Amino acid sequence: MSLRGIIKDFWREQRLFEQRAIAAVVIIATLALLLVGRLVWLQVVRYDYYTDLSQGNRVRIEPLPAPRGIIYDRQGLILAENQPAYQLELVPEQVPDLDATLQGLVRIGLLDTDDVDDAKRTVRSRRPFDSVPIRLHLSESDMAAFGVNRFEFPGVDIRTRLARSYPHGETAVHALGYVGTISAADLARIDREAYAGTSTIGKVGIEAAFEAPLRGRNGSREIMVNARGRSVEKLGTLQPALQTRPGEPGTDLFLTLDLEVQRVAEQAVRDQRAAIVALDPNNGDVIALVSRPGFDPNLFARGLTRAEYAALNDNPDRPLFNRALRGTYPPGSTIKPVVALAGLTHGIVEPNKPFFCVGYFSLPGSSHRFRDWRPKGHGAVDLRSAISQSCDPYFYSLSNQLGVRRLNEFLGQFGLGKPTGIDIGGEKSGVLPSPEWKKTAFKQRSAQVWFPGETVIFGIGQGYMTSTPVQLAHMAAILATRGKNFEPRLVRALRDPRTQRMTELPPTPLPPLQAATAEHWDLIIDGMRAVMEGGTATRSAAGAPYSIAGKTGTAQVFSVAQNARYNESAIAERLRDHAWFIAFAPIEAPRIAIAVLVENGRSGSGTAAPIARAVMDAYLLRKFPPADAAAPAGDVSGE
Amino acid sequence: MLREEVDSTARRTLTQTARVLGALRLDGPLLIGLALIAAYGQFVLYSASGGDWGAVLRGSVRLGLGVLLMLIFAQLKPGVLRRLSPWLYALGLLLLIIVDAVGYIGKGAQRWLDLGFMRFQPSELMKLAVPMTCAWLLRERALPPDGRTLLSLAAIILVPTALTIIQPDLGTGLLILMAGGIVVLLAGLSVRIIVGLGIGAILSAWVGWYFLHDYQRQRVLTFIDPQTDPLGSGYHIIQSTIAIGSGGIFGKGYLRGTQGQLEFLPERSTDFVFAVIGEELGLLGALLLIGLYVFVVMRALFLASQMRDTFARLLSGCLASIFFVYVFINAGMVSGLLPVVGVPLPLVSYGGTSMVTLLAGFGMLMSLYANRKLAA
Repeated sequence: MSLRGIIKDFWREQRLFEQRAIAAVVIIATLALLLVGRLVWLQVVRYDYYTDLSQGNRVRIEPLPAPRGIIYDRQGLILAENQPAYQLELVPEQVPDLDATLQGLVRIGLLDTDDVDDAKRTVRSRRPFDSVPIRLHLSESDMAAFGVNRFEFPGVDIRTRLARSYPHGETAVHALGYVGTISAADLARIDREAYAGTSTIGKVGIEAAFEAPLRGRNGSREIMVNARGRSVEKLGTLQPALQTRPGEPGTDLFLTLDLEVQRVAEQAVRDQRAAIVALDPNNGDVIALVSRPGFDPNLFARGLTRAEYAALNDNPDRPLFNRALRGTYPPGSTIKPVVALAGLTHGIVEPNKPFFCVGYFSLPGSSHRFRDWRPKGHGAVDLRSAISQSCDPYFYSLSNQLGVRRLNEFLGQFGLGKPTGIDIGGEKSGVLPSPEWKKTAFKQRSAQVWFPGETVIFGIGQGYMTSTPVQLAHMAAILATRGKNFEPRLVRALRDPRTQRMTELPPTPLPPLQAATAEHWDLIIDGMRAVMEGGTATRSAAGAPYSIAGKTGTAQVFSVAQNARYNESAIAERLRDHAWFIAFAPIEAPRIAIAVLVENGRSGSGTAAPIARAVMDAYLLRKFPPADAAAPAGDVSGE
Repeated sequence: MLREEVDSTARRTLTQTARVLGALRLDGPLLIGLALIAAYGQFVLYSASGGDWGAVLRGSVRLGLGVLLMLIFAQLKPGVLRRLSPWLYALGLLLLIIVDAVGYIGKGAQRWLDLGFMRFQPSELMKLAVPMTCAWLLRERALPPDGRTLLSLAAIILVPTALTIIQPDLGTGLLILMAGGIVVLLAGLSVRIIVGLGIGAILSAWVGWYFLHDYQRQRVLTFIDPQTDPLGSGYHIIQSTIAIGSGGIFGKGYLRGTQGQLEFLPERSTDFVFAVIGEELGLLGALLLIGLYVFVVMRALFLASQMRDTFARLLSGCLASIFFVYVFINAGMVSGLLPVVGVPLPLVSYGGTSMVTLLAGFGMLMSLYANRKLAA
């Protein structure tokens, strides 16, 4: 290459490089401007948008759950309170892999395999930034197990929360109800916002019926959090203004329930399937409400495992079933005083006119025998002895004369066949039959016809008629007060926990019964007194320093075929008759009205009446048997 | 009278400083620009590390090491640099192959060699060695390069690029490709070929998509729409744009950036430090830094254009341009203009060897400039 060529090349290359360098400068300037443009877009144009996002990043709203209201009995004894408890909670958006996390918790023994699906459903149904409880009430060893494995579970943490606690366990569980983990079904009907930070909700009983006042209102506070969701006090020199919205603690409830009487009542039917409802007839206050067997509500408050729930649910004695409110049984002879009153009111019964009981009753022109409970009959009876001896044919005849409509109408005035309106809800109506009812109850045309024989057995509380224990207690209360009528109620007062101000709830009166005259009332109450004094339940009244009016009853579980021998020992225990007893005392100024039902208890007088006596003694005399005394021994002497 | 005295003192000081710089073969304006960026970087690092003086100290040590290397490289004669180039390249290639082999045997991603006292990334070396070797190859050829030269250049560039990408380290691989590519562009590659390569790049990107690792595809996908994966790969981009956007014009204040201080911003002291600047010091703080970068690049390009020797010109021009490429890729990634690639913000990001190699590069550039008239 010649020297000239090199020189020429040199200049050419110099110029070429300069061109390229200028191009580079132009490109660099363009890119720099692009970058500046991007920054202006983000920091000037979209400034507000990103400020909001950054605010949302660092400020979390943390719920401040309000403590649930405390429930006291009539004397001020605590029935339900709040105790601090540790629980395992999970924040969905902080958990990288929910399935793996739950499986991991199963592996370290904090979760049952059966409960994984439920936990998953609960987590999915909550808002991603809410802390969702997946296991309540951790024990010390649970906490240790989680502690050593914590690093494996981002987004899962132990929190201290106030948890519901029922210091008396099973006692009064069917009145109190319980709180349990909020289910997907609950979530569908509640305001999620209001329950943020709350893991439980009242499921049944008072806890459910008074959920709103008990719950109070959750507060909230804003907290500054870092990227891992941990609360941070301050940031450099910046102390952000964070707001706190205080909540309102739940309202305390004062019940009409008398814990000591309740205990006596439960003790009396400890090993039975039974229900007891005791009311103050003057205002409808529920003194005791028992359904046995019961269960420990603390199990629910702690969070049952699927297996524990299955054990309760599959128990043949049905401990979760509230017999007092939802158990419907034929009321049997307990309604006889009311039927008698109907007869008196309608002028059908002449109180002193003798009736000859031969042990059965037949409708005119029919050979069908409606049998007395006593095969040989009661011989000559009047109104008083018909009630006290519970003579069936007397009432067969009376019902036949009254007719189904008048029976239905009169019994209805005693609250039968419809809910009593007790303030915890969930009660059944039972059945107060009528020809109209039969038309709606049966599909088949032929089954819709009301037969005269059905009227006959209606009068002794058999056949289609069914009632709940609370209905019969309510009926006894109306009898006790000669027609005064109040809705049964469990809650008598509310207390604001901050001001300690009590708000007494007035009793809810229902229209009183006016049809019957004082003379008629005297007659049937005298009959009920006779039940206790020489009648079917004499033994249970022995030695009582107060006067008692009562009525025994037997609810047939199945009807005995015509002329068949009633062989009690041959039927399985579960097919035995249910035993009923209703009573009130003292007769002169009634303070307690009670209904006792013992499933398959066979005899009202032998099984149910002594239980009622024990409850009345406890309430009226403050007489309490030793705590471990067995249920009152009753003999089965027949009605 | 007094004033004149002060003036003359100041002049004397300036003259003396210029003499010292000249003796050290350093360029005053370029040095001031770099020093300002580095000082700004250490200032921001204190906040970005959450007030950790230890991090600042370690950063300063690294900075000192870089400055030392810059001084050493500035003293090297251009001839030494030139002769060193192919050997440096050969060494880098050997180390890359070793790293790939170790990674293959160990069945895992492998990017560095453990030298016992430090971890060394051969690909980092290649960022310098590739443009040096390209410039070395072109030093006596006629420009623009002919077809055969272009093929040699392609081999020099593509082999280490490929070796780096399979490590897998797509980001550094692309940077190596770009460093070499810039040399070729500055050497006067014809516009027709540039356009042709551009089309080819688009086509190969389309084909290459099928060869990308899943995580690499994910990066591209989340770049296109970060919201598709807000807690996964999109998290970085979302959080850094929130940080920058919420900084506004004046910023939230030094040490008061909520995104950074509360750790919503990932890698806030390393790759995403630009977001801390945007959040705490605002648009003004970011513009100041970009301004400093542009100044440094422009000064370096100016120095390059003053050189008379092909090797010096091409290498210096490349070093200047690639410095801006780093800035643009990092700031573009952090502000959501570009996909997430692991490229640090030059002289500001904490950690890594990039600060050392960058300053070494500027040392070379200063040496080449100081000796511009000696070369032929």
